Amino acid sequence: MIPRSEHFGMLAEFDDVDALQAAARKTHAAGYRRVEAYSPLPVHGLAADLGFSRTRIPLVVLCGGIFGCIAGYLLQYWTTVIEYPMNIGGRPLHSWPAFLPVTFETTVLCASLSAVLGMLALNGLPRPHHPLFNIPQFARATQDRFFLFILAKDPLYHEESTRQFLTDLNPLEVIDVPRP
Amino acid sequence: MSTDEGQSEPILARGHSLGSITDKISSIVLVRNFEWGWLLGFAVGLSLLMLLLVSVTYLFVKGVGIWGLNVPVAWGFAIVNFVWWVGIGHAGTLISAILLLVKQEWRTSINRFAEAMTLFAVACAGLFPLLHLGRPGYFFFLVPFPNTMGMWPQFRSPLIWDFFAVGTYATVSLMFWYVGLIPDLATLRDRATKRVSRVIYGVFALGWRGSARHWKRYEDAYLLLAALATPLVISVHTIVSFDFAVGIVPGWHSTIFPPYFVAGAIYSGFAMVLTLAIPLRKFYDLEDFVTDRHLNNMAKVMLAAGLIVAYGYLVEIFTAWYSGHNFEIYMLENRIEGPYSFWYWMLIACNVAIPQLLWFRAVRGNVLMLFVLSLVINVGMWLERFIITIVSLHRDFLPSSWEIYQPTFWDWSTYLGTMGLFLSLLFIFIRVLPMISIFEMRELLEETESEAE
Repeated sequence: MIPRSEHFGMLAEFDDVDALQAAARKTHAAGYRRVEAYSPLPVHGLAADLGFSRTRIPLVVLCGGIFGCIAGYLLQYWTTVIEYPMNIGGRPLHSWPAFLPVTFETTVLCASLSAVLGMLALNGLPRPHHPLFNIPQFARATQDRFFLFILAKDPLYHEESTRQFLTDLNPLEVIDVPRP
Repeated sequence: MSTDEGQSEPILARGHSLGSITDKISSIVLVRNFEWGWLLGFAVGLSLLMLLLVSVTYLFVKGVGIWGLNVPVAWGFAIVNFVWWVGIGHAGTLISAILLLVKQEWRTSINRFAEAMTLFAVACAGLFPLLHLGRPGYFFFLVPFPNTMGMWPQFRSPLIWDFFAVGTYATVSLMFWYVGLIPDLATLRDRATKRVSRVIYGVFALGWRGSARHWKRYEDAYLLLAALATPLVISVHTIVSFDFAVGIVPGWHSTIFPPYFVAGAIYSGFAMVLTLAIPLRKFYDLEDFVTDRHLNNMAKVMLAAGLIVAYGYLVEIFTAWYSGHNFEIYMLENRIEGPYSFWYWMLIACNVAIPQLLWFRAVRGNVLMLFVLSLVINVGMWLERFIITIVSLHRDFLPSSWEIYQPTFWDWSTYLGTMGLFLSLLFIFIRVLPMISIFEMRELLEETESEAE
């Protein structure tokens, strides 16, 4: 037994995705809120079962795309009309149809960059050290096992009752996770 | 009523579990012993890469005169090879992005190495615009940045559009591929036994744990990337076609070019995916994952793209005749009976006639025939770019400017050399990274199991 102040949380291991989903729903229904679930594949509805349903990723991508579009167009406008005008075949300086290909490309580039960087930033990655990596069984979270984790920070967390609650969910194992 | 046998075959062979999928794919990287076959392939790739380095060095020392360029054919193999490689790259993105959006599950086992193929093909393609410059040291004139000359690029030029398009395409493909790899890198990190492997995979896995919240954001970002990559693919090869279509040379200045080029890219790209998939699945025992149904589907996509390309050829012939424009009509006559007519008819044979064999299920089910057909189509698509570029240039408006184009040794050595670059990168990829997307295969397993219940 580790003392309460040394606890990071309690981990339950499952070998089946349906078992994990059912466990997640029961945990959320019991009132636990600082809960995380780990799986080697994306499971539809699992995040929603834990109370997490909307991400800000689409908004981030939209803002990135709009920024890229305006920046690309303004770059071309400023260089072609103001800063470095060139007479190419007598075409008007502000030849906007010719600006569209590059504008499209900068839109897609900035939107994609914001999708990737936004996803990583919102996920808090890269984060090479996490207390769960100290648990040997957790290595299978990226292979073929499923885990449910209740953090000690949860207001309903209490060592014996939480352990009893998790054991009632029929996991393969319940593991104490110490603070690193 | 006959049913297509291919439809009832599974896209993932029965009898697999999450563990066995993980084992099978990751053990290719982590566990398999040293293989002479891999070494032979890598050696061939590296030798050709050396040939490329020699060719490029000689080119930079002596200049583009070592190639067969002349007036009027001032654009030769460099552009032909550039378009060929970029076209091949597009199938990878089509498989990863477009097939994902239309929920074609059979994309799952082929998308990882198809995207890798895209990246390596774009790398090979990107060499040519740099190499074909008369003064390659000034390539940075294409980049818009504040400089001491107060100079900025000319944004109305298709070559600048190319720079942005291919640059964006390379960046987005790289990110799309890397993001798809993160969960698999975490798997390799957790399975590797040597400390060096664990550290390197760990660094690139960015600490991925498989948290459900992370997966949710990941899936959202991945879908959005796919949605962005789809118009990107179409726009990139459209812009490449503008290199030709914007000019007034007969045979180039046609509005069919953008869709014709995009269809051609899909055609040659799927042919290259088949050329790679068939040996890989044989030598690495992946028939459970890349099944006969996959090959069947890829053959059908190839056939469809080939028909659109054939339509493009018909439109070119029709427009040349319908225009009543004597230069356009002569362009057509020259293709059919001029000095390069043998290559034009080879092109029709390779791209239009022979691939019609794909209508037959027996041909689509015969792996060796599919492999040979994919090589034939790749050759045919190269010939198509050759015919478009060189045959239109060598005889255009003024007969006194007409000239015959002869490629030199260095034209061929540079081209073969880029194949060496492609092969070398591919063999390194097979050796250190999982060539099938492990987490997506796990997802597929769960989906097929829940459908069966």
